Amino acid sequence: MRYAMAVDTRKCVGCSDCVVACQTENDVPLGYCRDWIVETNDGTYPQLFTEIRSERCNHCDNAPCVRCCPTGASHIAEGGIVLVKHNKCIGCGACIASCPYNARYPHPDGYVDKCTFCEHRVKDGMKPSCVAVCPTKCLTFGDLDDPNSEVSNILKRRKYKTLIPEAGTKPQLYFLI
Amino acid sequence: MATRRQFIKISAIGAGVVAVSSGGYKLLASDKKGGLNAAKTVKASRTPTYCEICFWKCAGWVYTDDKGRIKKITGNSEDQHSNGRLCPRGTGGVGMYYDDARLKKPLIRVSDRGRDSFREASWEEALDLIAGKIKAITEKYGPESMALFNHGSGEKYFADLFKAMGSPNIAAPSFAQCRGPRDVAFVGTFGDQPGSPENTDIRDTRCLVLIGSHIGENMHNGQIQEMSDAIDKGATIITVDPRFSTAAGKSKFWLPIKPATDIALLLAWIHEIIYNNYYDRAYVEKYCYGFDELKEHVKNLTPEWAYGITTIDPALIKETAREMAKNSPSVIVHPGRHVTWYGDDTQRLRAVAILNALLGSWGRRGGFFSLEGKEIPVYPHPPLPAPKKSWRDWYPGKYNLAYNPVSNILVDASVPTPEKDAMIKGWFVSGTNLPLTIPNTKHTEEAIQHLELIVVVDTMPMEITGWADVVLPECTYLERYDSLRESPHRKPAVALRMPAAEPLGDSKPAYWIARQLALRLGKGDYFHFENIEDLLDWQLHQMGSSLDELKKTGVKTWERESGDLYFANGEDFQFNTNTGKIELYATSFEAEGLLPLPVYTPHPEPPQGFYRLIYGRAPMHTFSRTSNNPNLFSLMSENSIWINPRVAKEWSLTTGQKIYIKNQDGIVSDFPIKVRVTERIRWDSVYMVHGFGHKDKRLTRANGRGANDTQMITNVMVDTVMGGTGMRGNFVTFVTDLKSKEVAS
Repeated sequence: MRYAMAVDTRKCVGCSDCVVACQTENDVPLGYCRDWIVETNDGTYPQLFTEIRSERCNHCDNAPCVRCCPTGASHIAEGGIVLVKHNKCIGCGACIASCPYNARYPHPDGYVDKCTFCEHRVKDGMKPSCVAVCPTKCLTFGDLDDPNSEVSNILKRRKYKTLIPEAGTKPQLYFLI
Repeated sequence: MATRRQFIKISAIGAGVVAVSSGGYKLLASDKKGGLNAAKTVKASRTPTYCEICFWKCAGWVYTDDKGRIKKITGNSEDQHSNGRLCPRGTGGVGMYYDDARLKKPLIRVSDRGRDSFREASWEEALDLIAGKIKAITEKYGPESMALFNHGSGEKYFADLFKAMGSPNIAAPSFAQCRGPRDVAFVGTFGDQPGSPENTDIRDTRCLVLIGSHIGENMHNGQIQEMSDAIDKGATIITVDPRFSTAAGKSKFWLPIKPATDIALLLAWIHEIIYNNYYDRAYVEKYCYGFDELKEHVKNLTPEWAYGITTIDPALIKETAREMAKNSPSVIVHPGRHVTWYGDDTQRLRAVAILNALLGSWGRRGGFFSLEGKEIPVYPHPPLPAPKKSWRDWYPGKYNLAYNPVSNILVDASVPTPEKDAMIKGWFVSGTNLPLTIPNTKHTEEAIQHLELIVVVDTMPMEITGWADVVLPECTYLERYDSLRESPHRKPAVALRMPAAEPLGDSKPAYWIARQLALRLGKGDYFHFENIEDLLDWQLHQMGSSLDELKKTGVKTWERESGDLYFANGEDFQFNTNTGKIELYATSFEAEGLLPLPVYTPHPEPPQGFYRLIYGRAPMHTFSRTSNNPNLFSLMSENSIWINPRVAKEWSLTTGQKIYIKNQDGIVSDFPIKVRVTERIRWDSVYMVHGFGHKDKRLTRANGRGANDTQMITNVMVDTVMGGTGMRGNFVTFVTDLKSKEVAS
């Protein structure tokens, strides 16, 4: 089992529905977020190119946040999901510093929090809330070990990139271009 | 004569909540001790609703936890509006419920030695006061002297009350400030309007043409979803916009048009399509009227002619015309929604309708499908009194093609002129924040000074409430039943909204408020059922369903009875126009002395140092209504002004810098706005998202955030056909010295 997510930048309109759905699903305090929108603009009028991405934890295969965690709170769960055990976390912030994607934030209750791929939903056979809500259906989630899964299929069909591959973290968020 | 009203600012008042509902769902528990690895869930319940954050009215489910607290809202997968996916505003609807700035008690204006303030009142007192004043006004001036401005689901019952009273002056700004020109143009051409949601068959289109319509920033849920499907299927998108919108970023062709010249482009396209024989000949011959007149009309309106007007390369005009023709009839030249721009908007939308007709897209797959709705049974009531006068009498003989009341004419008719007394003496305002909705705020405020009564029903202390004599706190859509949603779609369907929690504070639903007033005005016969549940159950039983069924499903969909979504090949069809045909040449316009074929007329251009103000939507907000919603505020807390780098350089402006804006009439924005320097806007225009710059301090978060575009819109270009308010003829310049503005004000 290897969970991954594909984000179709050709369809994403940057509406932030994924952000607010994550907030209400996971009780993320207002002013914080586990996923977010990045917009990049290139070119000079009228030759322009805009890319919009819904970003979150890359659930890396080679996760620096897990390696640097002094308490073992950050760990890899089934399917490669990177999680934080809140009761083991001392909020030291080493993981925040180590993450090239800036995917973690210090929760006001004193621990570090991040995207869980909605593990509590996934284990019940549901999609992560961001995937379920997206009006453009630009997010595809599934098991890369299953060659027939939706996410495996779309990665076979489409060109994609990952973010900061040179960091060597083997990220599992694929951006379709 | 009414006394002068002062704008009142007061502080918020708090209250608690009790929740009700049942079911068997799970929610993630906030769990510090167990950690997320042992993610704990709690029992949850869900109740059906349809969203009230915008007019799309997506059906969904409201989830409450074991303590009855509203936790999240998701889409109903059986619903054609949402297909199980709400937009960010719908998902963030929880914030509308939890907003600490909500109105919670009826408020009555009191004047003490020239100083106005509100005092809290009981519903009994507030309703008695309103009913008494309405009685006095209608006895003196007739029932037609009362006007209702409404928006949203509550409007149904207040409109019923007004009809029962005998007033036809019931206006939603969504007509004259938004889609009116489009609807009038399409009725004049096809004998039918695009509807809401629109009958655009985007999911199956091969070519989608957007003219200033920024799908993706306007979050019209079903359309976004279908545009995404169309992108998946490789459809061509052509975007005409002075701004590189989100949709432009998804487009094969972006036509960065000079603002206010769209009609020239449309006429050049029509020319190309006719003179290259790109049009659907069989369709035009069978269904259309006035082709020869049209052909002659556009004879010289070539792409080269349009080039000098629009700044669009003739080669690009020709290539995009070919692209549309290649995909005909699966092509949509989108009618748009907010189309009140330059005062010739109905004529521009006529050109859009004509283009669609030539491409044979109306009634065809991938073009426009045929809507089918479900009629909601009306409980028998005494006949409605016949009004003796209406808003139409204010400008006799004008705007006869406006088939809905025009809100700005009701405002005009509230101000006496040297020749005649005002026709309108009292306003009832429900769910629409007029100072940020109808342009020329000063004129609206002047009209308010002449009124003998102004009542405002709202959930939030919007600016309009500050002008009210009585404010009635409405509960949010999450705390009430409402009329059944019955918007026509591919299949007829209804959706139910029921309360997920008890109303916060002393807020009440629209049905209850309208009925209480009706009883006091002797109109109780028009509101037979004491409880709206009994009315809904009666209506659903007439339709072969029941309230119990809808409580379980939220949505009920029926199979179509009116035939296929599209015309069959060669099918005979009688259009609802004078000629029974699609009128390329509009005989109904001709009969009114209006141009039967659209003509390009130049509009004023910005003076030196000024830039045309273009405004639009952000996907996480609806108009000015949502800016204080804590969830949506956290996504976008203020607007910015988009400025081309060339212009920014001239003014030494940098991204993030705060400036004031000043319009051609010397109006300076109340609050500063942040600069966004971007290549994504032309150098003759600036752009900002509508709905920010709130003045009312009771809007705890939104107050003073960003600038209010409506304040800058003092030049209103009235639509010659339907009387709506064209708002894009305003030009702004920059006030970079913040101190000088503060001194000036």
